[in-house]
Amino acid sequence: MTANPASRWGLRVLGLGYLTLLLLIPLVMIFYKTFEDGISPPLDAITSPDGLHALKLSLLMVAISVPLNTIFGVGCALLLVRHKTKLNPVIDAIINLPFAVSPIVIGLSLYLLYGVGGWFAFISEEGFKILFAVPGMVLASIFVSLPFVVRETVPVLQEIGTDQEQAASTLGANGWQAFWRITLPSIRWGVAYGVVLTTARVLGEFGAVTIVSGSISGQTQTLPLFVEKQYANFNSTGAYGASLVLALLALITLFAMNLLKRKEDA
Amino acid sequence: MGISVEGANKRFGDFQALDDVSIEVPDGSLTALLGPSGSGKSTLLRAIAGLEDLDSGLVTINGENATAKPAQKRGVGFVFQHYAAFKHMTVYDNVAFGLKIRKWDKQKTSQRVHELLELVQLDGLAGRFPSQLSGGQRQRMALARALAVEPKVLLLDEPFGALDAKVRKDLRTWLRNLHEEMHVTTIFVTHDQEEAMDVAGQLVVMNNGRVEQSGTADELYEDPANEFVMSFVGEVNRLGDDFVRPHDMEVVLDADERTQEGLVQRIVTLGFEVRVELVLSDGTEVWAQLTRAELQRLELREGQIAYLRPVQAKSFNGSSPSNSQGASTPPGSQDDGEAEVSAAV
Repeated sequence: MTANPASRWGLRVLGLGYLTLLLLIPLVMIFYKTFEDGISPPLDAITSPDGLHALKLSLLMVAISVPLNTIFGVGCALLLVRHKTKLNPVIDAIINLPFAVSPIVIGLSLYLLYGVGGWFAFISEEGFKILFAVPGMVLASIFVSLPFVVRETVPVLQEIGTDQEQAASTLGANGWQAFWRITLPSIRWGVAYGVVLTTARVLGEFGAVTIVSGSISGQTQTLPLFVEKQYANFNSTGAYGASLVLALLALITLFAMNLLKRKEDA
Repeated sequence: MGISVEGANKRFGDFQALDDVSIEVPDGSLTALLGPSGSGKSTLLRAIAGLEDLDSGLVTINGENATAKPAQKRGVGFVFQHYAAFKHMTVYDNVAFGLKIRKWDKQKTSQRVHELLELVQLDGLAGRFPSQLSGGQRQRMALARALAVEPKVLLLDEPFGALDAKVRKDLRTWLRNLHEEMHVTTIFVTHDQEEAMDVAGQLVVMNNGRVEQSGTADELYEDPANEFVMSFVGEVNRLGDDFVRPHDMEVVLDADERTQEGLVQRIVTLGFEVRVELVLSDGTEVWAQLTRAELQRLELREGQIAYLRPVQAKSFNGSSPSNSQGASTPPGSQDDGEAEVSAAV
């Protein structure tokens, strides 16, 4: 379809204008506000012990949740695409739950499950603290970011079909070899995209983590919780500074993937 | 030796893909599995390769019972209709795949891969990715990849189905020559009877999950076991209970006791061959294949009345075939319409 120049330009202006208004201006505003009074106030906020701890904790959440969800996601996608059973639609629907349910509800349900009187309260009673500690926050992070790798991998798996894997098996490859040498390289961009989305989601998670962490400064505060606390305490420069760090982390993830992909294509 | 399948059954839901199929493929032969889509030919091939599990039946490859073996242990080379090229690997890595799995050392692998790329005329393209090759080149790469591991048997599933007519013809000739050089037992699946007759020494005609007949191209053409085989391996007219090939229809201008009257509807000249379409008095539409010279001698025109005399006809109702002018049908052709389920190729 070829559009005439007028409508083509109209569409471009509309698209760019929409993006500018909704994404670019707010981001630029944060950037501007952060450095309004020079570089030291935001830097102080971020390099404060609580700020640094929040950053470390956020990265820890990523380091635990992303690999687990990647392994689970690829396995689950393989199950959904390659092993058709009557249970598949059910599994498919359950995987979408974290998309459908508000994170705060997820946080509450974890609270009910592991809190005093909950089904799994005995674990905490044995001395392994889950709520208001890192394990509970990891659980919440995994829960809210669970669907991304599955959702990104399923269509790619469907598209590549089974011909290549079957060819590998006739050439002597066992199931494991076919998976590592054929399936995984073929779906890697789907998986990588899922990983990027998972990382971004875990980094930015607020609702569920707020409930299960208790948001204790220097202990159970991730970056988004730190931002919220700073903001509530009228330290807006600190809040903006931490927000900027969050945004930068997300951008680095995206760039890392693009860089890998470019290297691959070259 | 070679390949044998005995009493193979396979069902997909309500669909009986293979219905008690048995075939014998002699060592070193080039055999075609021929049939319309849904006839079970691809399922049979995939069952031989171990890519499909049979509900019941026995697969023997080179005297060894392979029925329970997984695909990777059967030592078969398999070529897919849509190439199944490893898209993320170069041509070299595609061909080397089976050797790497077998942990060949680098130098030996390199030597073998280049040998094969030369054989399939892709030397020089080793560093390319499949997406940078034409369809014909991809299929030759797939063939090299299958041959690299020195398979006991080579199985090709509609290997030329996705290629255009010219490339298909070239590859056919090339495959036939390759087989003459290598003598590896080869089965290939096709729905194109001309392709099957052109390439293969032996044909197995399948329909509705059963083997209808096996034999050489000549045997199938001259002595088809039933109506299905007769009409699948060539053109055919039906005159009552008789089946007549268009080139066995003589067109004459004078009636006698063996002729039938027909109205010439259309005369189509296809180079040397002329196709004369007639309607008989009972409404049956038939056509006769004549040469240009015959047409000129008869001075046929559209709209005129002419007389048809079947030179050689076949009947599959148990009655003896009606022959004219002493043309004989080989013995055994009077079989009724029952399909031969098991036949030696």
